[in-house]
Amino acid sequence: MDDKLTIGGREISSRLFIGTGKFPANSIIPDVIKMSGAQVVTTALRRIDFDSDEENMLKYIPKDCILMPNTSGARNAEEAVRIARIARASGCGNFIKIEVISDNRYLLPDNMETIRATEMLVREGFTVLPYINPDLMDARRLKDAGAAAVMPLGAPIGTNKGLRTREMVKILIHEIDIPVIVDAGIGKPSEACEAMEIGAAAVLVNTAIATAGDPVVMAEAFANAVMAGRKAFLSGTGPVKEYAEASSPLTGFLA
Amino acid sequence: MIITLNGKQTEIGEKTALMDLIQSKGLEPESIVIEYNRKVLRKEEWDSVVLKENDKLEVLRFVGGG
Repeated sequence: MDDKLTIGGREISSRLFIGTGKFPANSIIPDVIKMSGAQVVTTALRRIDFDSDEENMLKYIPKDCILMPNTSGARNAEEAVRIARIARASGCGNFIKIEVISDNRYLLPDNMETIRATEMLVREGFTVLPYINPDLMDARRLKDAGAAAVMPLGAPIGTNKGLRTREMVKILIHEIDIPVIVDAGIGKPSEACEAMEIGAAAVLVNTAIATAGDPVVMAEAFANAVMAGRKAFLSGTGPVKEYAEASSPLTGFLA
Repeated sequence: MIITLNGKQTEIGEKTALMDLIQSKGLEPESIVIEYNRKVLRKEEWDSVVLKENDKLEVLRFVGGG
């Protein structure tokens, strides 16, 4: 079955994107990436702390991955643009996940600032994937601004609460003709599968894998769930009925 | 002389070359990104930068993130 996902002119081999935060040790990240099959991998950009011995995250990410730095820490469009420009200077490509957050309790994205940042960065040639609250009008504005995809949240970042925004995400999937990628909140493989079943183009998972009992095994579980959900979507699910309908013939009984 | 390095006032020698500062901090150039006086520096430009009083330098790297 020909089922390619193309973003920013890049053909993407896996519909599971993964984040690299919160792992118990960075040294397991190569195995997590391998078992997840993920090609798109997110990172953050931070000031170096000269007083501590930090590790360089890039050494744990295989070179054939597409690096998607996020703009976390940005509180408005200008800060997001600044972070994006710095990230691109690393020479790791032009994918950028826009994340503009000024709400510290729920870490909900500021759609308006995100749209402004998207407009600016698209003009500079970035492949922009904005993290948003699932609002149809804002998603349309982002598409018009040239976003390569929209990434609505399933639930607040890091909560593992699942696809709480299901109805709104479904509307985006039906109405927006750029990829809709569910980012944030997905806690279990079944929830990633559900997002894929309703037609999400991909899911981005971090906390659910990083904080699992065995992140490497969980990465594989997510990979399988995403593939299962995608195939179910491509197939189309069977109709839901109010009353029972026997699966076995109702004639030719023994008695 | 004093420069602002990652938001902190930092004393360094007069006319310190950027590359010397990077090396003195034990940083691998391929693992870092630099913003110099609010302008992103391409790696090719690093060699030519000599720091001056009141310069603002941001030295960043990729860390885990979602």
